[in-house]
Amino acid sequence: MKKCIITVVGKDTVGIIAKVCTYLAENKINILDISQTIVQGYFNMMMITDMAQTEKEFGDVFDELEQLGNEIGVTIRCQRAEIFEKMHRL
Amino acid sequence: MINIYEVTETNQMITQENLDVRTITLGISLLDCIDSDLNKLNEKIYNKITTVAKDLVSTGQAIEHEFGIPIVNKRISITPISIIGAAACKTSDDFVTIAETLDRAAKTVGVNFIGGYSALVSKGMTPAEENMIRSIPKALAVTERVCSSVNVGSTKTGINMDAVKLCGEIIKEAAEATKERDSLGCAKLVIFCNAPDDNPFMAGAFLGVTEADAVINVGVSGPGVVKHAIEQVRGKGFEELCETIKKTAFKITRVGQLVAGEASKRLGIPFGIIDLSLAPTPAIGDSIAEILEEIGLEKVGAPGTTAALAMLNDQVKKGGVMASSYVGGLSGAFIPVSEDQGMIDAVTVGALTLEKLEAMTCVCSVGLDMIAIPGKTKATTISGIIADEMAIGMVNQKTTAVRLIPVIGKDVGEIAEFGGLLGYAPIIPVNEFDCSAFINRKGRIPAPIHSFKN
Repeated sequence: MKKCIITVVGKDTVGIIAKVCTYLAENKINILDISQTIVQGYFNMMMITDMAQTEKEFGDVFDELEQLGNEIGVTIRCQRAEIFEKMHRL
Repeated sequence: MINIYEVTETNQMITQENLDVRTITLGISLLDCIDSDLNKLNEKIYNKITTVAKDLVSTGQAIEHEFGIPIVNKRISITPISIIGAAACKTSDDFVTIAETLDRAAKTVGVNFIGGYSALVSKGMTPAEENMIRSIPKALAVTERVCSSVNVGSTKTGINMDAVKLCGEIIKEAAEATKERDSLGCAKLVIFCNAPDDNPFMAGAFLGVTEADAVINVGVSGPGVVKHAIEQVRGKGFEELCETIKKTAFKITRVGQLVAGEASKRLGIPFGIIDLSLAPTPAIGDSIAEILEEIGLEKVGAPGTTAALAMLNDQVKKGGVMASSYVGGLSGAFIPVSEDQGMIDAVTVGALTLEKLEAMTCVCSVGLDMIAIPGKTKATTISGIIADEMAIGMVNQKTTAVRLIPVIGKDVGEIAEFGGLLGYAPIIPVNEFDCSAFINRKGRIPAPIHSFKN
């Protein structure tokens, strides 16, 4: 398993989850968990995904998700899960 | 499983509070390059550095990208050149050719600094070491990325006062040689007591002779993160304040440990140490001074500053030690004046003086760092300041350092501009009473007694 955390932050609008999920499905990236909140009108989503099946390079997926975010008008970050696990778990 | 709040906290640290890994420094031993033929020596040095470090920058960038954590600098430290060049270099100019080779190698592999144009002379100097030290002003003037350091004292050996005297002169010469750039050469020269062998931070990085052939050392950072965290405990007691700093330092250091482990694995080079230092930058919100002010000082330099800094430094270490498998280097809070906006402001309004900075260095690494002084300051006065700082390190069994910049042609009240991470600094007044009779004595200050502590 290659766990990656995708975060989406930005102004709430129709179809953000749909667009991100479509991209992930097309690239064989499995979603393990989704959580989402709206804070002061801002959409805040986190997805835990598994990138073991995708044929694309890590770096390319990161860049393409960033690009997708620019198109929707939100900030999308994709990071390997270890940075969060290391910081918050013993 | 990781939750959204933890993810948001981490990303806020990165995007809003300047959390970064300050440097991945690849230590490369040059001991196997030693040759009595200068041309061969230079060729071997160039080849070894460009071979061992060829993937350093690209690997650093890949890690940065995948984990979403900025790695500000990728750097190289090498075995002190006074040792490597001793057999081949007959003159100071011979040593300068090595500096040029190092600069060329640094540019080829794309690192922004290479440290180790250094001499370790805490007890005595060989003729080669003296030649090497005398070559430093020219070496720093003709190169761009080479950093230099001289270790002139230690707790075990005392202080080599001949070297202290020489270093005062060398700092003046380095300032003169780069006077058209506000004496920038001096920003790349550090004088040490108890210099560590595994320091990843410039300008004082070198790879000691006790180290392996190649090793990855990582310096973490995050003053902005600490400041943000302690804003949440404003007005609370010291217990809560200290706990908050420790927890934050732990989190910051874990990121450094992760990056160090990844870099080590990908480059196939063993992991050495994490340096726990809090390192500021001139960016707003990335300042040690602002942390001290958040703790409760109107301006850095006010009474209470030394105590606040001692506490901060200790809590950072306590939090960081558990987060990393190996800790080393300098591991303390840096207080470089020109690289910290809060320090610059405190000097400008007169809250922070050279004497208070000296007191602060008793409780934190790394010493009198990036302090611009009047260009007219005498070499012996600079040596006197060095001797004072070395004495603090020697007696307290800690690393101390001096990186002073006598800005040629400028005086108190004017500003020296260094650019980039080196920042800018208001020129600070120096006590002008003479100490030349003290500095001109020959020999060394004996090692201090290690008992009867008081």
